[in-house]
Amino acid sequence: MTFLIQQTLIYTIPLMIVALAGVFAERSGIINIALDGMMIFGSFMGALSVHFMQNNNILIDKPQVMFIIAMAIAAIFGALFSLLLSFSAINLKADQTIGGTALNMLAPAATLLIVKIVSMQDRLAMPKPLNFVVFNPDIGNAFKPFFDKMFISTYIVIALFIILSILLYKTKYGLRLRACGEHPQAADSVGINVYKMRYLGTTISGALAGMGGYIYIATTASGTAEGTVAGMGFLALAIMIFGNWKPIGIALGSLLFGLLKCIGATYASLDINGDGVFFLKDLGLPIYFYNIIPYVVVLLILAFASGKSRAPKAEGIPYDKGQR
Amino acid sequence: MKKRLGSSLTSEKGKDSWLLSIYKKDGTKAVISSLLCIISGILVGWLVLVILALTSEKIPLYDSFRGLGIILAGPFASGGSRNIAFVFGDMLFEAAPLLMTGLSVAIAFKTGLFNIGAPGQYLMGAMGSVIVALSIPTTPQTAFWVWLLALLVGMICGMIWGLIPGFFKAFLNVNEVIVCIMTNWIAANIVSWVFANHKQFINTAGGKTAYTLPTTANGVSTPRLGLDKLFPGSNIDIGIFIAIVIAAGIFVLMNKTTLGYELKACGYNRNAAKYAGMNEKRNIMLSMAIAGGLAAIGASLYYLNGGAELAWNTYGRLPDTGFNGIPVALLASNNPLGVIFSSVFLRFIDKGGYNLAGFTAYNEYVSDLIIAVIIYFASFSQLIKEMLSRRRAVKAIEKTDTKDKSEDEEEENK
Repeated sequence: MTFLIQQTLIYTIPLMIVALAGVFAERSGIINIALDGMMIFGSFMGALSVHFMQNNNILIDKPQVMFIIAMAIAAIFGALFSLLLSFSAINLKADQTIGGTALNMLAPAATLLIVKIVSMQDRLAMPKPLNFVVFNPDIGNAFKPFFDKMFISTYIVIALFIILSILLYKTKYGLRLRACGEHPQAADSVGINVYKMRYLGTTISGALAGMGGYIYIATTASGTAEGTVAGMGFLALAIMIFGNWKPIGIALGSLLFGLLKCIGATYASLDINGDGVFFLKDLGLPIYFYNIIPYVVVLLILAFASGKSRAPKAEGIPYDKGQR
Repeated sequence: MKKRLGSSLTSEKGKDSWLLSIYKKDGTKAVISSLLCIISGILVGWLVLVILALTSEKIPLYDSFRGLGIILAGPFASGGSRNIAFVFGDMLFEAAPLLMTGLSVAIAFKTGLFNIGAPGQYLMGAMGSVIVALSIPTTPQTAFWVWLLALLVGMICGMIWGLIPGFFKAFLNVNEVIVCIMTNWIAANIVSWVFANHKQFINTAGGKTAYTLPTTANGVSTPRLGLDKLFPGSNIDIGIFIAIVIAAGIFVLMNKTTLGYELKACGYNRNAAKYAGMNEKRNIMLSMAIAGGLAAIGASLYYLNGGAELAWNTYGRLPDTGFNGIPVALLASNNPLGVIFSSVFLRFIDKGGYNLAGFTAYNEYVSDLIIAVIIYFASFSQLIKEMLSRRRAVKAIEKTDTKDKSEDEEEENK
């Protein structure tokens, strides 16, 4: 059970934060199909900073601090990278889908270009093994699933998720941001700077996506940057649509998807009630079956819940002051 | 424009206005803006080369100039005529699947859909074709018909796979992007599953198991018609010509037939199309099915070549050719004929990138970077086109100042 919760969170946490990243961009009116690219770029910069710190023996005995710094660097560079999208989409009124696609191609290309020059191969492996896991073996059994062998990123992401959701729904800034995605002309008429709000939304989006990218490679790939995040950005995009552009929906969607994905990854060693019977393994179904389940379940839920889905009205439409 | 040509008889002016009439066409503007994007993309790529040379002591500055030349020369910088012929042939061979996935994305864009599901459709097509090509016993006489059947089965597999997002979009109003992403991964797992259960298709020569048998194991391969003599050593076959013919066919379908008009109408405004009496649900599904079929033909052309082997255990990875259809379509402004050039261009730069990795301390990802920057510039091609129109308007106004005003000019200024 403990194992299941922890494995689920490994997939859920990055999905959750990156899907929220998508919400911030799209609620402000910018389609952010470049989540994948921002994740890749953020993960690379995070990995590069850890690479640098390990090589120079900085913070080597404080892995948690190192992890937090790497996440912060990933977020900063994710935000900087997202400026490319905001600039083209907001100032140049470019097609946001095309701009996003370009960023999705740019991130792996730039990453791998530098990685190959730095390390002479297609991957930037860490010089020393990462030890970001927090051990808390003395804690009571009731808390063990949530506090032993966990990553500090889990708590940071959950806290950020809650804070940002409140920001989006309970503050005037959030209301203004959402207004820009629904009806920018109306927002402008009451004195909201639509351009500024959209920049804000996309920049937050880039920061969260970059951070999510580094969390993903740090928790699943021992911090190795390979110019890919296995399509997690696109999955997050799907989770965002699945969650109907709302934080609660996203949290539930990523939990469900994370659980199903984790069952697929660990079914062979999954012993749900600890009695030594590997129920799923004994069924004898191949790994491919379990891999397909999360996608099919999402599709089925979408099919039944369709009609309720509603995207922000003005997303994808460049805001032109002169236009009525 | 004709009236204007007639009215201005002086050859000098007539020539000018003829040029102007070409310049005025949307197609010309699209080509010019694409070329501007390409030039800017290459310049940015070169800038990156210079910056890398200045920051890394491993790379001399001279290499940044040489590197740019190598990339721009594409396959022609491969050294030695034999190598050039071989790389050039492979470039054309690899351009065919890219052309087809580009066409697939372009058609969907034209009909208002974003087909990010090309990788999945591509994989399903590959599976269908490879299985048919390997499982029907052939004689030299029947090999061609098995090849044709394999191509068709691949296409049908892709069409079915494209129908799924189409169905979700048309009847359940689910965003096609999310369904495409889901079906991509489902396809990747199904393909792995099928081949894992049918070991007879897997190439076990030399102890490796990662690839399927080449279709030549059953005597099936795309006709080469002597092209392999022209480009010795390469895998070239008539696939690229098949792809070009299909692109031309799609151009005719979209621009000259009622069906194409209906598909485009649904893309512009679904409700208006419905109001005009079109079956918009059928049209959406049809668009996606055509798009799926096209992407799948790309895979069939690639894997039926006989030289290419399918890495069947693909559940963790989607084929790049599918995703690269997106830039190909965007660079061509979704024009089926433009896709021919953009797909070859992408492969051209690609080959340049590999040569760059061979001859200098840079690596092949420079070409990916250049393509990404080109697409980035292409995202505001609308702005570039508007700027071109504005310049034309200014020119036209200058003209009216010198010559006496005719009504034609006024019209043009609009």
